[in-house]
Amino acid sequence: MEIAVTVNGQLRRADVEPRTLLVYLLRETFGLTGTHVGCDTTHCGACTVLLDEVPVKSCTVLAVQADGSSVMTVEGLETDGRLHPLQSAFSDHHGLQCGYCTPGMLMAAWALLRETPHPQPAEIRRALSGNLCRCTGYQNIVEAVADAAQRMAQEVG
Amino acid sequence: MFPAPFGYVRAESLDEALAVLAREGPGAKILAGGQSLLPMMKLRIAEPALLVDIHRLPALTGWQETAEGLTLGAVVRHSQLERAEALQEFYPLLGRTARWIADPLVRNRGTVAGSLAHADPAGDWGAALLALGASVTLRSLTRTRELPLDAFLVDIFTTALEPDEVLTAIRIPKPAGRPFGTYLKLERKVGDFAVVGVAVNVVLDARHTVVEAGIGLAGVGPRALRAPAAEAALIGHPLESGGIREAAALAAEAADPVSDRRGSRAYKRNVVRVFVERGLKALADESRPEVGVTA
Amino acid sequence: MALELSEPRPLGKPIRRKEDARLIRGQGRYLDDIVLPGMLHLALVRSPYAHARIRRIDVQRAAALPGVHLVLTGQDLAAAGLAWMPTLAGDRQMVLAVDKVLFQYQEVAAVVAESRALAEDAAALVEVDYEPLPAVVDPYRALEPGSPILREDRDPPSNRIFHWEAGDRAATEAALARSAVVVRETVRMPRVHPAPLEPCGCIADYQRATGRLTWYVTSQAPHAHRTVLAMVAGIPEHKIRVVSPDVGGGFGNKVPVFPGYVAAIVAAMRLNRPVKWVETRTENLTSTNFARDYHMTVEIGADADGKVTALKVSTIADHGAFDAAADPTRFPAGLFSIVTGSYDFPVAFAEVDGVYTNKAPGGVAYRCSFRVTEASFLIERAMQSLALRLGMDPVALRLKNFIPPEKFPYHSPLGWTYDSGNYRATLERAMERIGYAALRQEQAERRARGELMGIGVSTFTEIVGAGPSHTFDILGIKMFDSCELRVHPTGKVLARLGTRHQGQGHETTFAQVIAEELGLTADDVLVEEGDTDTAPYGLGTYASRSTPTAGAAAAVAARRVRDKARRIAAHLLEVAEDDVEWDGTRFHPAGTPARGVTMAEVALAAYTNPPPGMEPGLEGTVYYDPPNLTFPNGAYLCVVDIDKGTSQVHVRRFVAVDDCGTVINPMVVEGQIHGGLTEGFAIAFLQEIAFDEQGNCLAPNFMEYLVPTAVETPQWETDRTVTPSPHHPIGAKGVGESPNVGSPAAFVNAVIDALAPLGVTHLDIPLYPWKIWEVLHERGVAE
Ligand SMILES: Cc1cc2nc3c(=O)[nH]c(=O)nc-3n(C[C@H](O)[C@H](O)[C@H](O)COP(=O)(O)OP(=O)(O)OC[C@H]3O[C@@H](n4cnc5c(N)ncnc54)[C@H](O)[C@@H]3O)c2cc1C
Ligand code: FES
Ligand code: FES
Repeated sequence: MEIAVTVNGQLRRADVEPRTLLVYLLRETFGLTGTHVGCDTTHCGACTVLLDEVPVKSCTVLAVQADGSSVMTVEGLETDGRLHPLQSAFSDHHGLQCGYCTPGMLMAAWALLRETPHPQPAEIRRALSGNLCRCTGYQNIVEAVADAAQRMAQEVG
Repeated sequence: MFPAPFGYVRAESLDEALAVLAREGPGAKILAGGQSLLPMMKLRIAEPALLVDIHRLPALTGWQETAEGLTLGAVVRHSQLERAEALQEFYPLLGRTARWIADPLVRNRGTVAGSLAHADPAGDWGAALLALGASVTLRSLTRTRELPLDAFLVDIFTTALEPDEVLTAIRIPKPAGRPFGTYLKLERKVGDFAVVGVAVNVVLDARHTVVEAGIGLAGVGPRALRAPAAEAALIGHPLESGGIREAAALAAEAADPVSDRRGSRAYKRNVVRVFVERGLKALADESRPEVGVTA
Repeated sequence: MALELSEPRPLGKPIRRKEDARLIRGQGRYLDDIVLPGMLHLALVRSPYAHARIRRIDVQRAAALPGVHLVLTGQDLAAAGLAWMPTLAGDRQMVLAVDKVLFQYQEVAAVVAESRALAEDAAALVEVDYEPLPAVVDPYRALEPGSPILREDRDPPSNRIFHWEAGDRAATEAALARSAVVVRETVRMPRVHPAPLEPCGCIADYQRATGRLTWYVTSQAPHAHRTVLAMVAGIPEHKIRVVSPDVGGGFGNKVPVFPGYVAAIVAAMRLNRPVKWVETRTENLTSTNFARDYHMTVEIGADADGKVTALKVSTIADHGAFDAAADPTRFPAGLFSIVTGSYDFPVAFAEVDGVYTNKAPGGVAYRCSFRVTEASFLIERAMQSLALRLGMDPVALRLKNFIPPEKFPYHSPLGWTYDSGNYRATLERAMERIGYAALRQEQAERRARGELMGIGVSTFTEIVGAGPSHTFDILGIKMFDSCELRVHPTGKVLARLGTRHQGQGHETTFAQVIAEELGLTADDVLVEEGDTDTAPYGLGTYASRSTPTAGAAAAVAARRVRDKARRIAAHLLEVAEDDVEWDGTRFHPAGTPARGVTMAEVALAAYTNPPPGMEPGLEGTVYYDPPNLTFPNGAYLCVVDIDKGTSQVHVRRFVAVDDCGTVINPMVVEGQIHGGLTEGFAIAFLQEIAFDEQGNCLAPNFMEYLVPTAVETPQWETDRTVTPSPHHPIGAKGVGESPNVGSPAAFVNAVIDALAPLGVTHLDIPLYPWKIWEVLHERGVAE
């Protein structure tokens, strides 16, 4: 089937089988390998992307379901070569080790901060509870997100 | 893990979806949020020949609040109810249930109607909507019928849906007084189905007497269960500790769990009792403004 | 907050990780991100039965599917002599089953097709006719006479793989007989899985014309993999290049060689096209290497005052269908003999029997040095039981029995020489941090009100850094590690090591070690690992061995380079070598600090103006063979509250004080500790690969294998004491695994402490709420 999806601001077209999952459209057809796959049962969140600005598990969305929508992946976080405050904060607070969960965490955190600009630690933990990390124990991720929230508030203010 | 090959139709209207279902027979399946169906297809537990995608059908999105009650469209997502502050006044149980389902990402896709159609015995919406006395609208090309949820839910992963039918709406009657409701869930971790889920909903009149009561149970039977004796025990009385304890004990009796890796039958039954008691106590506290505790 | 890479004198500072720059942009390059021209995809057909005879395999329908290039069965491999492969433990393992399958999900056939989806379609079409056989699931049953013999290929036929023992049995038994108090407990550490977020996978790229195999693989130990491959596939070792790209977590899972790897290589060689195999999560959890599954019985003796007298341990180790553990060759039970822990036992004895069952093969070290988590869990649980029996505070019991600082180096009754430690200081720091006395007071008050609150203690000693080559080898290969260091003319450095990080931050921490020695910044040092064509030989990254071995190699290599640099500096400064001083960033003549030269200036001279008679260049290569292991330790205290209605356990506080010697990068160390504590928490409360009586795996995916999310994971409070290792060049000990080793007992001891007034001394992990409820219910105290 022919589909058209706006990915990180660029309109892209592809011809896919209905069974193609969105994550493989991104990774294999569009070469955006920052979005990862970590499970078969929709539990890990390594594949999290924003679909029309809403974070979803792209392993559990068909590519054909994204036809006409916009998708943002980790590759779309930087603007004009500048890191998103979340990206810098993850590095500053050592919120990543192997980095496999990181793109998904960043996208889920992005959505949280858009809706809740000043989240409490418990809210951050809840918002990231669809994303598993096997390395960090989450604590530095929570700190990174809280700090990014502050930086973003300062940028705006 | 990849689903076996299948055909795909994105329905442009409800009638088109119904027509495709009528034409294709049981090999065709409705695709709503896909959060139960796609994982099963990836594991190749389900191999439908054709998916009829309704998840963006305008006719099925959103909800309507009227004097009679609330009507949820078939593709209302868990996350929408989680955030629907406007519904808190008359339907507080909805938001408090939604926040327990799966994880935030799954909630952004999965639908309430899809949950009911999927009929996982540990699904949370069955219990909550039974407590709210909900009914469902089922449509095929040739007929429309309305069933109480209690009649819709049949058995493990089994409902009254015919292969050519779509669940198009969920109706919840308007409470006849001030409603209070909450959901308690024992899960092993976020993203786990309920070991035990308990929905409690009471409607109080101006004199703090219970005029309507609903108790729904998840994970403790082959389908979501109601606890009618417990509900009856509450009606006509104020929410007080004696009645609460009695209702809790009756609800535990209504539960019919199996022993498995999530716990023994006795354990799950006891959790039902504990949760009903805690839930009703929390509602009692909430209903007394001077205490003002929120669950 | 991280400091920038340009920070001078970086050792011991929280330097920002170099790996972050690519990983936060989604520009990491993990195995599955690699696409080669003409690449095909492999999927495996797996057994639905735990034990069955294979009557017939029919591949016709699969082979006929358009887009399918090859279907391989065990018969095909047998014809090439490849139906079996050696394991790192010296056993052998079927690549594709021939006559019999020995565990559910065992590899039976391989299909290669144009796409992954097609390969899976074809795999579903392979028809296998099985005759189910009775499965042996319980390892105790496996040893009973009359139990079916699982490995008919072994001589003599027996389900016992090995018997191993350490210590003095007679003296231990005699001492126990004389002891005023003896406590006996059976403690099970169930089967768990490391489950790194990135599953395992490989791409085999074989060029028939040159006979060269490039093998991309998610590997913690690329050199070991190359050597094993050369042995299995018969490809000359210099024609194999193993490349381990960014690795999405390992935790022990990515040490062994798996059947899917061999199948991909065989397919690539047959087809002369690159073949990729990436396992699914289900395949990962069901077939590629579990950990633990130790069934331990302990007897601990003490005199009436609580001074320990003897320790005796008997263990049944369930290795599954093949012994695919990655233990050093002479240590089939790993370093389990660290089981005397932090305590000064006069005598001890430990024995382990390895057993075959109809379960997936393995026995890897999951975020721990070989079998050390099992040992640590056992001794820390035994100390809890002993404290209960004696009516002593568990902290007091430990303080009484710690190996005192003056006894180091300490010779343990089971044969180890502990390098250093100050156990009392570490525990006291933890008690202070958590406010131990006040907590005991609060507990007494809560108990009086009928509430269930517990305080758990674990004061563990780890043993890491395998290891000295006189004792440690894997398949004969000594367990040293290596560093090759080149200083370029402008003073920038390339360092290559035999290890392979998977999130530990070696690109940064090893750069810090080298930069510190050479007076540079971490930014000046590029660390490369993971390509066997360029990296010097080394055994890889697991068992917390990288810092003790490769980290040491890096420091020593840098020191060698600095020695040469000093001679060049003398030449540049026109003074005698003995008159050159090194101030940490510059060489200068003694007493004249103003007139110095930097490493960059020296490096340029090394290539442009070396002293007469000196070989140009500035390089050093070191193969570091550690004189001993290192013994990190820690004191963990945990506070829990138990809900009497649901029996859920809430971890209210957890204080971890670690002593891992010299700290290279405190931010990285803290991150490692958070991660390890989270794993320990998961093992104590959630994760288990369970089986039913037919040998069906009950936790084949993340629905049932319960990995904690941010919501369940407690908030960690960390601190440290520093007792440097006397024999490590910079005094570091290795830390990645201590928290996973030390913490499970702290959680369990806290729960047992809460339940102790009810007479409870033990519960098996994972501590699901229902297990606790059954006890509360039985004692009549459940809500
Ligand atoms: C990791 C994970 C955790 C989860 N945890 C929970 C949990 O804790 N509690 C819980 O309740 N649920 C949980 N779920 C399930 C989730 O709530 C799903 O969203 C829900 O069960 C199905 O809704 P859906 O819209 O995604 O349906 P789909 O997956 O699209 O469909 C499910 C089934 O219902 C049918 N169907 C869907 N809509 C209709 C309709 N309108 N008319 C007729 N048939 C229809 C489909 O044909 C299919 O057979 C979890 C799911 C995942 C992946
Ligand atoms: S890959 Fe695990 S949730 Fe999508
Ligand atoms: S950093 Fe490795 S999984 Fe999160």
